[in-house]
Amino acid sequence: MISFPTWKIVVVLLVCAFGVLYTLPNFVSKSSLEGLPEWLPTKQVNLGLDLQGGSHLLLQVDSEAVTLKMMDSLVDAVRDSLRQQGDNIGYRDLKHEDNVVSFTLRELADEEQARERLSVLSNIMPNGQRDTVISFGGDGVVTLTPSDQSMAARLSSAVDQSIEIVRRRIDETGVNEPSIQRQGTDRILVQLPGVDDPDRIKRLLGETAQMTFHLVDIAASSAPGDRVPPGSKRLPSIDEEGLSYVIKNRVMVSGENLEDAQATFQQGQPVVSIRFDGLGAKQFGRATTDNVGRPFAIVLDNEVVSAPRINEPILGGSAVISGGFNVQGAQDLALLLRAGALPAPLDILEERSVGPDLGADSIAAGKVAGIIGIIAVAVFMIASYGLFGVVANVALAMNMFLIMAVLSLLGATLTLPGIAGIVLTIGMAVDANVLIFERIREELRTGKTPFNAVESGFSRAFTTIIDANVTTGIAAVILFVMGSGPVKGFAVTLLIGIISSMFTAIMLSRMLITWWMLRKRPKTMEV
Amino acid sequence: MYKIKLVPANTKIPFLKYRFMAFALSALLIVGSAIMFFGPGLNKGIDFEGGILIEVQFPEAPDLGDMRDSLGGLGLGGVALQTFGADDDILIRVQRQPGAAKAQEEAVTLVKSQLESDHGTEISYRRVEFVGPTVSEELVMAAIEAVTVAVFAILVYIWFRFEWHYSVGAIIALVHDVILTIGMFAVTGIEFNLASVAAILTIVGYSINDTVVVYDRIRENFRRFKKMPVAELINFSINETLSRTTMTSLTTLLALLALYIFGGEVIRGFAMAMIFGVIVGTYSSIFVAAPVLLQIGLTHRNEEEDGFKGAEKQGEAEAD
Repeated sequence: MISFPTWKIVVVLLVCAFGVLYTLPNFVSKSSLEGLPEWLPTKQVNLGLDLQGGSHLLLQVDSEAVTLKMMDSLVDAVRDSLRQQGDNIGYRDLKHEDNVVSFTLRELADEEQARERLSVLSNIMPNGQRDTVISFGGDGVVTLTPSDQSMAARLSSAVDQSIEIVRRRIDETGVNEPSIQRQGTDRILVQLPGVDDPDRIKRLLGETAQMTFHLVDIAASSAPGDRVPPGSKRLPSIDEEGLSYVIKNRVMVSGENLEDAQATFQQGQPVVSIRFDGLGAKQFGRATTDNVGRPFAIVLDNEVVSAPRINEPILGGSAVISGGFNVQGAQDLALLLRAGALPAPLDILEERSVGPDLGADSIAAGKVAGIIGIIAVAVFMIASYGLFGVVANVALAMNMFLIMAVLSLLGATLTLPGIAGIVLTIGMAVDANVLIFERIREELRTGKTPFNAVESGFSRAFTTIIDANVTTGIAAVILFVMGSGPVKGFAVTLLIGIISSMFTAIMLSRMLITWWMLRKRPKTMEV
Repeated sequence: MYKIKLVPANTKIPFLKYRFMAFALSALLIVGSAIMFFGPGLNKGIDFEGGILIEVQFPEAPDLGDMRDSLGGLGLGGVALQTFGADDDILIRVQRQPGAAKAQEEAVTLVKSQLESDHGTEISYRRVEFVGPTVSEELVMAAIEAVTVAVFAILVYIWFRFEWHYSVGAIIALVHDVILTIGMFAVTGIEFNLASVAAILTIVGYSINDTVVVYDRIRENFRRFKKMPVAELINFSINETLSRTTMTSLTTLLALLALYIFGGEVIRGFAMAMIFGVIVGTYSSIFVAAPVLLQIGLTHRNEEEDGFKGAEKQGEAEAD
């Protein structure tokens, strides 16, 4: 005898109620959602950047620059430990090449002392290995090789630091709800909803913004091509073509010691006012006191912004950078200085920006396609199966509710391919019902009573439905795991669709048909 | 009430009689696809080729010839223009720029400023995308990996649920469908991008779904009709499931057709690929996947030795 246990009815009704309840917030505006009582679901489906408009940037931290910086600082550290006041160890050829720092001791007898002094550069990492392997060749040649792990750790921390700086810079621009995530070892994925022309942000992310203050080497000739004395270097001017300055390598104060930077005006010209922190103010005060009357250079990313003369000691810790900025330029520089410097340059590997119009068009087109698709399939199902077609359509409608509900609940992001996935699901969702109905038809043809035919139709179609959907599900799961961005969105909707279509066909349709059968008790039946 | 019946009840179409014709046709199409794939090749989108894509809406339909000359003069190499859904909506594609990511970015700026100087600032950028060389190479690898892993995982599942012959048959049908779909991309010149890979994977899922339904019936009938010759049994099973096969294909096609016609320009290529895939997938379940079982020598004895794996449930249902 055909029956449908009460607990199953409860489950089906609960799931359906869940589906409807959690879909509804999507039809209500954000502002009225806030007025609803707390126990009601308020989560809406997130729209992907391709639907709401926005910009997606994939950035890569320049790992070579990170390595280079690491090797440079290792060279500095080696130099510092060999040259100690009053007790220098003689060396030559201190350099780094292929990620190995090497130098040669002038006196082999110094080896023990050098070994002792350099030992501070080789620390034991948590994994028990040394971060830098120091080896003495016996012929006076000493090499320092950072281990792969310590290089990777350095890169990783550079990426973390970059993410923080990128976040600060983007926050300063006032973009709403940016998403900044690490991707892989050295990449950063930035998503900016509502930003369809990310030029300013790209420009801001394109600067490392390392600012340093140096004395200008007045003894050296400033004519290009002339010899630069040791301890100094030649840097180009940031705005004047062909002009260059020779500056001392030694950093007077670095941008790390800045506390604040603001764009202001001085004599009608946009300038950037900066304020140093305690240490910076002290360093800057001392440097300006010692060098009154001499020019110093403000260097940003290896270009000289300006080289004013020190007229008097600047002790208050505040200064003004003027460099022929326009208003936007001054604002951007102030922003970059406030947010801090990137540890290494960022490359933009991929950009996808969608304007708000295209997004809105895609949603509208998706809705139209979805509605027409549903109507076409619904009409066709009724034309093919009559009353049973109506049952399939109820299941189909519930299926759509369930997909939307799960997407809302998971906070999943609906993308354009995701909409395509839903529309496709409309077509495939009825498949489970088709399998069952066709089976019932066959059973009826063998002369079974309607009750027996329905019973065995459902039970025999069951394995087929499982096998068929599991295989499709495998494809969807793999898409989800291995796909990126939009493809993932498609996979999510497809997978939810497969599960909910199995539920609606096996449980909901069966319940409806059982009810109908028990009420009508048909002696003969045609599907 | 009159009901549409796509397929009359109790059909006895001798599908297996035509199997060698079908095999020949499939072989021909596969060879054709391979020639198109290795010859003219795919119209790879920027996802796989790298490069720049800009969709611009102009206040009025611009002259494509003038625009081509203007943008072509920027020294960026190949610039392709096409209208996208409407006369004033233009898709500009610029080939991948030599050099690193920075070069792509600079080219975008160059194209934008040229457009603005030619057409004023009234134009709106609907989409700006660029993909650097490293990323596009990774995307190609990821796509190939995804398809391979999916096919392999499905193979294992079917092996687990059915007798090994089915696994082989299903994979032959799958590979058949994937090759023909790729061939379709090569023939039509529809842009091949990440969405196309998603389409192929969905086709894989759909096609296997269709094949499994037929296989399921064949497995069941092996148990029911212990003396029926294998060829006859397979043919009988195809006919039994024919109504379902066509119904599901049609409902899916209806939804896809709605997507193709109303879903907007961006999704059209995807919908087209899917429509093709559904048709090919349906064909292959009937004319490739099922007949191949006979060809690779599935017999009653194979099934018995395998204990009618997975078919128990239906066997029991038969008893009442």
